[in-house]
Amino acid sequence: MIEVDALSVCFGRTEAVKSVSFRVARGESFGLVGESGSGKSTVLRAVSGLNPHWTGRMSIGGELLAPRRSKAFHQRVQMVFQDPYGSLHPRQTVDRLLSEPLLVHHMDNVERRIMRALNEVALPASVRFRYPHQLSGGQRQRVAIARALMPEPHVLLLDEPTSALDVSVQAEVLNLLADLQQARGLTYVLVSHNLAVVAHVCSRIGVMQSGELVELLSADDLRAGRTHHPHTASLRELSIELEEPETARDH
Amino acid sequence: MLVEIQNLRIQFRTATGVSEAVRNVSLTLGQEKLGIVGESGSGKSLTARSILRLLPSNAISTADSLTFDGIDVLRADERTLRRIRGKRAGLILQDPKFSLNPVMTAGAQIAEAWHVHRGGSRKAAEQAAIELLAQVQIRDPQRVARAYPHELSGGMGQRVMIAMMLAPDPELLIADEPTSALDATVQAEILRLIEDLVSRRGMGLILISHDLPLVSHFCDRVMVMYAGRVVEELAAAALTRARHPYTRGLLECLPALSHRQTRLPVMQRDPSWLEV
Amino acid sequence: MIGVISRDWLLTETPASRAQAAWVRRYRGWLQFRGNGLAMVGLVTVAIMILASLAAPLLAWQDASAQNLAGRLAPPSFAHWFGTDELGRDIYARILYGGRVTLGMVVSVVLLVAPVGLAVGSVAGYLGGLADRLLMRVTDVFLAFPRLVLALAFVAALKPGITSAIIAIALTAWPPYARLARADTLTVRHSDFIAAVRLTGAGSLRIIVRHIMPLCLSSVIVRVTLDMSGIILTAASLGFLGMGAQPPMPEWGTMIASSRAFILDQWWVPTIPGIAIFVASLAFNLLGDGMRDVLDPRQR
Repeated sequence: MIEVDALSVCFGRTEAVKSVSFRVARGESFGLVGESGSGKSTVLRAVSGLNPHWTGRMSIGGELLAPRRSKAFHQRVQMVFQDPYGSLHPRQTVDRLLSEPLLVHHMDNVERRIMRALNEVALPASVRFRYPHQLSGGQRQRVAIARALMPEPHVLLLDEPTSALDVSVQAEVLNLLADLQQARGLTYVLVSHNLAVVAHVCSRIGVMQSGELVELLSADDLRAGRTHHPHTASLRELSIELEEPETARDH
Repeated sequence: MLVEIQNLRIQFRTATGVSEAVRNVSLTLGQEKLGIVGESGSGKSLTARSILRLLPSNAISTADSLTFDGIDVLRADERTLRRIRGKRAGLILQDPKFSLNPVMTAGAQIAEAWHVHRGGSRKAAEQAAIELLAQVQIRDPQRVARAYPHELSGGMGQRVMIAMMLAPDPELLIADEPTSALDATVQAEILRLIEDLVSRRGMGLILISHDLPLVSHFCDRVMVMYAGRVVEELAAAALTRARHPYTRGLLECLPALSHRQTRLPVMQRDPSWLEV
Repeated sequence: MIGVISRDWLLTETPASRAQAAWVRRYRGWLQFRGNGLAMVGLVTVAIMILASLAAPLLAWQDASAQNLAGRLAPPSFAHWFGTDELGRDIYARILYGGRVTLGMVVSVVLLVAPVGLAVGSVAGYLGGLADRLLMRVTDVFLAFPRLVLALAFVAALKPGITSAIIAIALTAWPPYARLARADTLTVRHSDFIAAVRLTGAGSLRIIVRHIMPLCLSSVIVRVTLDMSGIILTAASLGFLGMGAQPPMPEWGTMIASSRAFILDQWWVPTIPGIAIFVASLAFNLLGDGMRDVLDPRQR
């Protein structure tokens, strides 16, 4: 579905992404982990078309990607951002936010599609005419996911979709993403600094460090500690030590 | 006791009436490390900030007693409060980018904090600033002292912030989500640093965070807050034996790296939790 | 249908349709505006001033340009509420008729300037690069000229009169709006919500008009209300130099300018149009502040 070959992104003189290659099959979830500045979000933004200054070769669904994307591309590939406070226009109601993609792509049945999307992300119909500031963080992220689903995409790019949320809301959103993937056969690319989240959602994981993809491994290998690169090992160790009380106490 | 709070209540006046943000919270703190954990809106920050009376202007706080080292904070005048804030109790906030002055070098800011609280010559203050930077384990304190905040990484900025707070040699350190903006590796380093400094200097620490496992790792005692109430207080080592369903829920809904789950348990909020 | 539109229908938390949601929004906005005492004062004052100048023939019993040199510079009296000017004309009538000219000029200038400034600024800010440099240099050129001198040059090139004055003032008044709109655009240009709109496949024009301009509107409105008095004064200066409203047409600024010699002995002659300008500017200001609050849903 997604093929990325020797992708490099430069900001001025600094190379933020250095020749990154990976493949994602249809219906699969691929995760990119790394610390801030590792270039993981930059990869995602290059794939989405937000950053046109890249070199290399990328294709989605067999179609080679140019720096400028077509309307059809944006219909097939959508993105969910990290900050649900910043990714929704502050002066637009949920109704307007959700109908915008439909208007851009000249899609019919606006009314029905909006109600269906709200239903799909488990939001009550009463939020339809609310503004983002009247919603909780979790509700906003659901609206953002609903908006991404409006053009009926095949691929969802998820940029730290739960890192701004409370842990209990994070669990709800992660479950929702799993349900949506099953119902729609979506392909996910998830970027996160949280190893546990990535391992939960994705079957295959790429580890990034200072712009390079240092290791590609399966989630099961990561859980079992079958890592090859020292950076992967140290990230894993830290995550287990700090975030999992049971295991930490057992040691 | 360094801090004693009895039945703290914080309310907000809004257009539609009065909303309750914190209800009947009591805590005592000596030379120990206390973690306050809760989700956004649980009142954890408000509770800690009320010790310094740093609340939004539309907040009304009442308490049977609220003392810092025997001083009645609720009835203290501004002059007394200024002697507590920043001098006897330091506050570390989430993002050093917003708490540091962007047009002053790191060294100058620490020297300023030193000079204001301890007096002495400029030269001595600058010397002290470099010593403090060394204390927060910055390898090249001379260079960092000359750097401006935008030239520092997030972790380095937070170290500078901590050095600044240590300048007046406080008795209490309140850290409000000090590492939420940082990477996991840096996060661990900063928290270890805080833990180490607090233990060595015999300070009290209040660590506020949404991250229960992380807090329990670095504190002696953990207070779990939900909707303005304390639902459970327990020793950090006893975290796995938490009794309250909310505390258990917070732990269980985290995805785990060590084992595989198909679905994450979702917290069912029980209205009876509000009757504490 | 009328029966359905009740208070409850307008205040519901759960509108059933888009039309109802839009009406709820408008009604809430109005309720909020009504709750703002100063804004209401502004609205009522502006309404009274506009209505009064439109109804000038009914309200004024004297001819605004009838001269009576015997009764010149008369103090306020029952016959002449605001007194008479240096040619014996009734100031009350001239204020009413002058309101048509002055308020008309101000409103036309604003209607010309605000959209142009908004468009130039948001296009420059959003597109960036060459378009930004080009548009902003043009703006700088207009900013570099002293306002009055540029206006004078334009009026001199055209023929003196109200229309030329309006065009001249509009030409010199738009650059600050463009700068303002550009600054606002730059703060939201790289925000996630604009990136999200870009990812829906929307074109630049759509993003600018539907997503960026509404965000620039509130600061533009504030600027407009602050600018009102400045526009009146520029119009007055042009009139004073014989380049704006031509005598005997009454215009508030020109009225002050032509009577400035009497400020010490017959203070009411220049003071009364001054009060009119002051009241108009203040009322527009209060109105603008109220409108800005209503336009921002986050303040509700």
